[in-house]
Amino acid sequence: MALLELKNLHVTLEDGTEIVKGVDLAVRSGEVHAVMGPNGSGKSTLAYALMGHPAYVITEGEILLDGENVTELGADKRAQRGLFLAFQYPHAIPGVTVTSFLRSAMNAIRKARAGGEDDPINAGEFRKQVMGAMERLKVPREMASRYINDGFSGGEKKRIEILQMAVLKPRIAVLDETDSGLDIDALKIVAEGVRELVGPEMGALVITHYQRILNYIEPDFVHVFVDGRIVEEGGPELAHRLEAEGYEAFLPELVEGGGS
Amino acid sequence: MAVTTETEVVRDIRSDYKYGFSNSDAAENYFFKSGRGLSPELVAAISEHKNEPEWMRKFRLKSLDYFLARPLPTWGGNVAEIDFDNIYYYIRPTEKQAKSWEDLPADILDTWDKLGIPEAEKKYLAGVGAQYESEVVYHKLQEELVAQGVLFLDMDSGLREHEELVKQYFGTIIPQNDNKFAALNSAVWSGGSFIYVPPGVRIEMPLQAYFRINADNMGQFERTLIIVDEDAYVHYVEGCTAPIYSSDSLHSAVVEIIVKPRGRCRYTTIQNWSNNVYNLVTKRAVAYEDATMEWVDGNLGSKLTMKYPAIWLMGERAHGEVLSIAFAGEGQHQDAGGKCVHVAPRTSSVITSKSISKNGGRAGYRGLLEVAKGAEGSKSKVVCDALILDEESRSDTYPYIRVDESNVDIGHEATVSKIGEEQLFYLMSRGLSEAEASALIVSGFVEPITKELPLEYAVEMNRLILLQMEGSVG
Repeated sequence: MALLELKNLHVTLEDGTEIVKGVDLAVRSGEVHAVMGPNGSGKSTLAYALMGHPAYVITEGEILLDGENVTELGADKRAQRGLFLAFQYPHAIPGVTVTSFLRSAMNAIRKARAGGEDDPINAGEFRKQVMGAMERLKVPREMASRYINDGFSGGEKKRIEILQMAVLKPRIAVLDETDSGLDIDALKIVAEGVRELVGPEMGALVITHYQRILNYIEPDFVHVFVDGRIVEEGGPELAHRLEAEGYEAFLPELVEGGGS
Repeated sequence: MAVTTETEVVRDIRSDYKYGFSNSDAAENYFFKSGRGLSPELVAAISEHKNEPEWMRKFRLKSLDYFLARPLPTWGGNVAEIDFDNIYYYIRPTEKQAKSWEDLPADILDTWDKLGIPEAEKKYLAGVGAQYESEVVYHKLQEELVAQGVLFLDMDSGLREHEELVKQYFGTIIPQNDNKFAALNSAVWSGGSFIYVPPGVRIEMPLQAYFRINADNMGQFERTLIIVDEDAYVHYVEGCTAPIYSSDSLHSAVVEIIVKPRGRCRYTTIQNWSNNVYNLVTKRAVAYEDATMEWVDGNLGSKLTMKYPAIWLMGERAHGEVLSIAFAGEGQHQDAGGKCVHVAPRTSSVITSKSISKNGGRAGYRGLLEVAKGAEGSKSKVVCDALILDEESRSDTYPYIRVDESNVDIGHEATVSKIGEEQLFYLMSRGLSEAEASALIVSGFVEPITKELPLEYAVEMNRLILLQMEGSVG
């Protein structure tokens, strides 16, 4: 049973601009939470801050993972404890193949969990896990030997993010705009991949602008996120309301909205 | 975590890294050890001790004159601190060469066991020439190669057993007065490899030699000569590692290679000298009609490395490639690169250089591309990429290009980059520590070259990079 808790979380940019202005949220394994908000509401900042990006400063509040305060921990320590972020814009690492990337990540996590002792995964077992996940997510075999995200299309990048999630088996996964840049077939595959993993071992926080992905991943909870705050919460019906009515009803009347 | 110095890093490498250790018990058991310093008497004594022909004795003494007459180079790195009078120029660890592992003295066998050579040999080596100090103590060539007429001996044996062949080529590619350090090597050389591959013979498995320095202030002056006859092929691999020393040490090798028409030679080196070694090496090859010569050169460690593997493209359509990696940490200067000289028409060359500097290290590319008048239709591409890991470190690029022919196609690209915060964050978000993430980015950066290495060397290279990166995190 995993539990991610955000308590009164405030996040600023390095120049002091406040983007996230007090967020409370709890995600348990087996649950899918959707954070929905318009462009510029601070959704991606929230995602980065959760993962521990050094450019985003947590000025107030805390992040707890299974009761442990991880607010001060680096991204590597958070990942080793089971947090995962599927990036909106994953970065290319030229010269590092998808396979080599996955093996490095898996072994880093295994090492941390073995108390700092090297505990590399057996080659056969690694191959089995990666090939199995690639098959389920319909990732073509030749992608395994390509340099990660180097020259990938938007859709390929997203699929490889989900492949990483499937292989690394996090406890809580944050998906930042994973639906953007995907055609409908790819979206279905990605959504299926997420659905398959959500269960007793994993919970998911799906950050999105559109309701589209939620047609394929039914959320248990929907949080409407506007100008750095959660302004409305509800069940899956809230997502359908947003789809029909848009965000206008939730926008502050005189505020343009800032950040990105 | 406390700041780790480079010295500690190297000690650390030695403690759990099987290629880095010293065998101090062995140091007193040398069969013959010259005094420190250099003189005509010493040079003559080396030649006499080896029972060399008169022409070689004269060659050595003449080379010594050239060495003494030449000034120290003032470009590249700082060589002014080398104390030539405080170096042993010749040490011979055993009385005669052993023919099998069992014949070796116990302490040397112990050293090799730690290196894992017999095992590696069993697995896939075609032959092993191993240099312990100045003399090759062990040599073996698979019987099938012998049957094909392939010669793979240490240079001293090559001179004894194939004097005419050696005399025909020795010092013809790199003349004894080519540069100060080539002159020094020509005077005091000992060991190294002699390889001859007869026409049409293709050796599919790499031939390997392991080199080590294992005593204080001991210069290592190996001399290698490789002749690849028409339509023949060989891949020679040399790994150099060394334990740490208390005072400065000098490594100055000469490697000469002749690739005859339609032949192909690849020469791969991975060096990891300890941080006080001056590594000043002259490597040059000539490639005749339709021949291919490839240098793959990885330089880690050492205090100063100056090394620019060269290829002279002498025959039509000859092709040359130089792949160079240089990694400079604290207190290190890697002045590496490559040279290609197009003499004949329609020749082609590619120089790819990747340099990495960190903790105040200085790594750079120095190269020469020359196209002579008449080498029409020639093509060349030079790509040098530098990765600088912190503000204290430095990268230099000196790409000399001289073209005396108008009908040619020359390209040059250079990039300098740093590790991006976003790349680091992406990798760390997958559980990698900052050092592991940096090391993975660096190994990706050098991947175009490591993928050309035999697998065990690629693995070793990546492991060395990781050890270097771990040392940089405070």
